[in-house]
Formats: sequence, C-alpha cells, structure tokens
Amino acid sequence: MPTLRDVKKRIRSVISTQRITNAMEMVAAAKLRRAQQRIEQARPYAEKMDQMLGHLAAASTSEIVHPYFEQRETRKKTLVVITSDRGFCGSFNSNIIRRAVRWLDDNREYETELITVGKKGNNYFRIRPVPIIRFWGDWGGSLDYDRAREVVRFATDRFVSGQTDRIDLLYTRFLSTARYRVTSQDYLPVAPPDIPEEGDERDSVAMDYIFEPDAERIYAALMPGYATTIMVTALADSFASEHGNRMIAMNAATKNAGEMIDGLTLQYNKARQAQITKELLEVVSGAEALKG
Amino acid sequence: MFLLSIVTPEKVCYEAQVQSLVVPGTEGYLGILSNHAPLITALLPGRIEFADAENRVNIMAVSVGFLEVSKNRATILANAVERADEIDVERAQAAFDREKQRIISAGKGETDIDLPSARAAFERAANRLRVFKEHSGDR
Repeated sequence: MPTLRDVKKRIRSVISTQRITNAMEMVAAAKLRRAQQRIEQARPYAEKMDQMLGHLAAASTSEIVHPYFEQRETRKKTLVVITSDRGFCGSFNSNIIRRAVRWLDDNREYETELITVGKKGNNYFRIRPVPIIRFWGDWGGSLDYDRAREVVRFATDRFVSGQTDRIDLLYTRFLSTARYRVTSQDYLPVAPPDIPEEGDERDSVAMDYIFEPDAERIYAALMPGYATTIMVTALADSFASEHGNRMIAMNAATKNAGEMIDGLTLQYNKARQAQITKELLEVVSGAEALKG
Repeated sequence: MFLLSIVTPEKVCYEAQVQSLVVPGTEGYLGILSNHAPLITALLPGRIEFADAENRVNIMAVSVGFLEVSKNRATILANAVERADEIDVERAQAAFDREKQRIISAGKGETDIDLPSARAAFERAANRLRVFKEHSGDR
C-alpha cells in the first residue's frame, strides 16, 4: 500500500505532465492553423503553374527540350524522405519511415540513395546501409522558402548532372487535422505535361500562342519554378500533417493524464480514509482500555 | 477590359478587371490591352503598371516571373511582387549594398560566393529601389 505522500507526489507529477501535453496541443493547433493557411495560399500559384505548363506544351509545336524532362535508362534512384524534426506526433514518422523502407525494398534492383528532410527520418536511416547524400533538419515546423529552394537546387543538380537517374518524393499529403496520406510521387524527370484536348470546354486553349523569346527559353525559365512549386507543396503538406498529428496525439495524452489523475485521487482518498479510521480506532480503543 | 491575376507562391496579390497592362518582358516592356493575342512570356525584374476599372494607375515592382495572356485573361506568376507604395526601402537598400559588396569581393577573387545568385539578388534590389524612386517622383 503506497503511503499518502507517495500518492500525492505522483498526482502532482501527472498534473504537471498534463499541463505540458495540454500546452503542446495548443501550440500544435496554432501551428497547424498557420500551416493550413500556407497550403491554401500556395494553391493558386501551383494551379496556375500547372496550367501554364500545359498550355505551353500544347501550343509549342517542337519537342520539349529541357533537362528536367530527360528520360534516361534507370540505374540509380534517389528518394527524398520528408519527416518531422520532432517526435510526439503519434505514428506520423514511423508511417513515413515504413513506406521509405518499402520503397528501398521495391527498388532493390537499382542503386539507391536518400535525401532526408527532417531529423526523424535521418536518425532512422543514418545507422542503416543506405547512403544519405544530404540532410536538411531544424525546420522548426514551418516552411522556409529559401531552404526549400536549396533542397530543390541540390536535387535538380544531382539529376541534371547525371549522378542519379530518377528522383522520387516521399511526403504526407494533408487531408484534414486527423487524416493524412503517405504519398510517393515521381519528382524528376518531370512527366510531360498533360496536353488539354481540343474541344475540351473547361480549358480549351488557343493553339497560336506567341512566345517571347521562344518556347525553349520559356521552359528554361519556368522549369526551376515548377520544380520548386512541387517541393514547396510537399513540404507545406508534410508540416501541416505533422502539426495535425501532434495535436491529436497530445489531446489523447492530456485525456489519459486526466484519467490517471482521477484514479490516483481515488486511491489517495481511500488511503486517507483508511488512516483516519485507523487513528479513530486507536483513540477509541485507548479510551476503552483506560475505562476498564 | 480584361481579367488580371497576379499570383506569387505566398498569395494572390491582385485579381480584378483592368483596362491596360504594361510588363517587363524579356525583349523589353510590352503593353497588353483587351483581346490581346495569346501570349506567353518570361518577365525580368522591373515594373508592372496597370490601369484598373476606374482608370487608376497601379505600379508594382516584380522580380522574375511569367505572363500568360489568353482569352482576355492575363496571369502573372512571379516570385515576388510589391506595390510601389509598400516597398520597404531600407530593406531594399540594405540588400542592394550587401549584394554590391558581395559582387565586388567575388571580383577580387573570393571563391565561396555564388556570383549568379548575388547578381540576381542585386538586380532585384536595384529594381525595387528604382520602382520606389520613380513612384515617389511621380507625386
């Protein structure tokens, strides 16, 4: 039977833990809101970018010549794994890591390498045989455009210089606070853009575009932005999913702590009651003895 | 009148009917009016000028970007756009000086400087200052 003091101590420690998880939930909720805004605000740009690329592809008669489209025979594949820097977000990171491991399995026939974004993924893979060629951590849970561009520059350079033949992207698509989908996506080479079909009312395109200076140079200027947009979208979605998951996990932890406090309080009261009874008994039996 | 949207990765900066538009294309400034022929062009750092529905002239500084015109819709995709009266002159000036210094030290043989990116940043800062000065001179 634990003493009164022991139980009291435990209650106090669980209460302070609960305060922490509660605070973490609030912080995650605030960060989630901001991350969601980021996604909303970035969407129009990504959509227009897609559209413009589609129009460009539909209207330019010549073959697309840009290094990002170059399909090579695959010998080496690179995976960009986007995880979070911090834990306390439920099964979020382990789900991504599991998918990354499966990707490595599926691509056994090729030479493989990783680019890790986020500490959790990096910590898992750095003690495993697959080489990590570059790591970006300490994002602080929010999107930094300059750093995102660094990642893009590194990845595209690696592809264009022929050091790797394919680059895939593994991230989590944000669906709602509690829901996300681990998604792997081809990054490079870029799939040739969808050409809107003629007579398609929603997006019928005039075929006689004027290009200034010319289609090839517009591609050259547009493609880095396109690659960046995809990466930024993936990062923004991942961050939002991370915060959503942390919020849910911390909410559950707060609730569990509450239940634990209730249980301990009951135990404490019982012990207190027992002690009072015992003291009463002593007093009464002492008095009885004196009378006798 | 035609619909103009100016979009950056951060947000939609402007979306409304306008009377006319002037942008810094790669081959020089070009003007767009209603029913312009379909066009796609890259933009250089410079100034965007457009007359809105009430014929008020708006001026913005743009960094690199693209313009697409088709079916009376003009879409500008740019890395960054600032209204002339919202330009942070001190920041632009600081960037201007910093990049200038970097270009100079690169010229002196410092090798760890990314010259193209310094040049591009210098060009953007210079453009913001220029647009701001022209704009305040107009008044």
